[in-house]
Amino acid sequence: MAKYEKILLKNMEQPGYTGSLKEYEQTGGYQAFRKVCEGMAPSDIIETVKLSGLRGRGGAGFPTGVKWSFIPKDHPGPKYLCCNADESEPGTFKDRQLMERDPHQVLEGMAITCYTIGAETAYIYIRGEFWLGAKVLDQAIAEAKKAGYLGSNVLGTGKTINIFVHRGAGAYICGEETALLESLEGKRGKPRFKPPFPATHGLYQKPTVVNNVETLANIPHILNKGAAWFAAIGAPPKGTGTRIFCLSGHIKRPGNYEVPMGVTFREMIYEIGGGMRSDKPLKAFIPGGASAPFLTPEHLDVKMDFESLAMAGSMLGSGGITVMEEGTSMVWAALRLMEFFYHESCGKCTPCREGSSWLVQTLQRISRREGRMSDLDLLLDLCKSIEGRTVCAFGEAEVSPIVSTMRHWRSEYEELIREAEAAHPVKQEIPVLSQI
Amino acid sequence: MIFDKLKDEVNELLSRYPVKRSALLPLLYIAQREEGYVSEPAMKEIAKLLSLTPSQVYETVTFYSMYNLKPIGKFHVQVCRSLMCALVGSDNIVEWIQKNLNISSGQTTADRTFTLSVVECLGSCGTGPMMQVNDDYYERLTEEKVGQIFDDLKQKGSSSLKSGPFMFPQPTKS
Ligand SMILES: Cc1cc2nc3c(=O)[nH]c(=O)nc-3n(C[C@H](O)[C@H](O)[C@H](O)COP(=O)(O)O)c2cc1C
Ligand code: FES
Repeated sequence: MAKYEKILLKNMEQPGYTGSLKEYEQTGGYQAFRKVCEGMAPSDIIETVKLSGLRGRGGAGFPTGVKWSFIPKDHPGPKYLCCNADESEPGTFKDRQLMERDPHQVLEGMAITCYTIGAETAYIYIRGEFWLGAKVLDQAIAEAKKAGYLGSNVLGTGKTINIFVHRGAGAYICGEETALLESLEGKRGKPRFKPPFPATHGLYQKPTVVNNVETLANIPHILNKGAAWFAAIGAPPKGTGTRIFCLSGHIKRPGNYEVPMGVTFREMIYEIGGGMRSDKPLKAFIPGGASAPFLTPEHLDVKMDFESLAMAGSMLGSGGITVMEEGTSMVWAALRLMEFFYHESCGKCTPCREGSSWLVQTLQRISRREGRMSDLDLLLDLCKSIEGRTVCAFGEAEVSPIVSTMRHWRSEYEELIREAEAAHPVKQEIPVLSQI
Repeated sequence: MIFDKLKDEVNELLSRYPVKRSALLPLLYIAQREEGYVSEPAMKEIAKLLSLTPSQVYETVTFYSMYNLKPIGKFHVQVCRSLMCALVGSDNIVEWIQKNLNISSGQTTADRTFTLSVVECLGSCGTGPMMQVNDDYYERLTEEKVGQIFDDLKQKGSSSLKSGPFMFPQPTKS
């Protein structure tokens, strides 16, 4: 099995590493921030991050340096950084490990980002259930403050950088960046229309950068070792660096694995993950969290980078890979995910609020063997009425399990419906509304 | 009054945000910590602290699933039912708990020890089936393990089977 060099998990994979400030410093921690504070120009930092090719790890894969460059430089008044630690995409559990095991790596990335964009205040919006992560971060912040990395006059630069942990309270949608901002403002977490984008009108309508935990954790390493080093890892030019992939489902060795971008699913599942947990073969996998369309064993040689997955009709998303063995009902799997999305729809946009309820009810009916063949068109029609018609990307996310399982396993839906029709023959065609 | 005796904590919280309303979620957590749930008097008190109307507080609190608007049992057992956990057997765990505590989701045991909620993904999908009890995570559950956890909770108020700082797979010497 190929052995890959780790960047983000390197420290914590040392037995006994606890993630304290002292240990983090011993592994070269806060060197990048020191270098920056010795007088690096923010524009040079942005250029370095741009050249590294780093793209956001939260789901959309937006180039990080470019995002930072949208923050207006001469803007008077406060600017903000928000670290997106909501980690609510089913199948994803990497940020939790990054925060609980090596919190200073995230804090150093945040401190550098604050310095670069000129933010004095940053918030870590962490999902409410991650109580332990919030506690670990709070302790780490106190340590960093005492050591002069955070607080006022950081490392003698005269700059102020304060980081606060802010706990969410159980709402998937608050991982969407503008819903996160609303929630942080103490409101219901409903996404905002974009534009304007957070870079100009973010938290409290001030210029704001929102970055994922893993994105920020990469920053110190890029500044330490240089853009060229990072840009050579993985699948350059569009998929540079490593990614932490989260393996779950019917896999022998579930868990977090950091590999360079561009490794194939075959290698990930069969070598790194040890293959299927039983002797049943692979039937399906989700490559990038619950929002990513399902793929089949035919896609095993697809490379795990942004472009390759887009070409295969799915997405790299949050890096959560869920493996399903032969015998798993795809209608059942789609329904489970749809129930999640129905539960989590924030209710702002009518197509999503009403559509998610229709989709769940229709799928439940099919699963109970009470469906009709016309339900299949109904499902796809509903999906079409949701996709692209919502304020945020939740709409695309919620239809993807249904659309993709119908694309690859339509016969499973038909099978259930044929059973239903055999059990309850339709005596009379249901009249169409206009005929009543 | 909950917050009278917590002035320092409240002031420290307020100092974190340029706009007072941002302290709403944290204050609701404090209310829940103090009373076990978020009561209407607490909401009114928070509204006053933040110069909001009580309905603005209510509007917000009802959006989030982690605030209990009614008293619940001493231990809030939340079991994940989402796909990744379901693939590795969370439905069986839910069933076992329902049978053994003799309650269904949303209910509290007669002695008010346990409240069960069957919930969506809690971000520990590689170590399912999993549940959260109050603040703590319990992962890679089996029926025996859940039984042990419940016994521990009843007897000692806590269980050593809870997860520490998360890392999976665990580091090994190589
Ligand atoms: C419905 C929805 C849920 C999301 N959930 C998360 C999340 O839990 N964590 C996250 O980092 N990004 C999430 N995102 C992506 C964010 O909106 C945003 O793109 C990201 O935080 C930007 O950071 P990055 O550029 O570092 O990736 C979500 C997006 C959508 C549409
Ligand atoms: S699916 Fe159960 S914790 Fe994510």
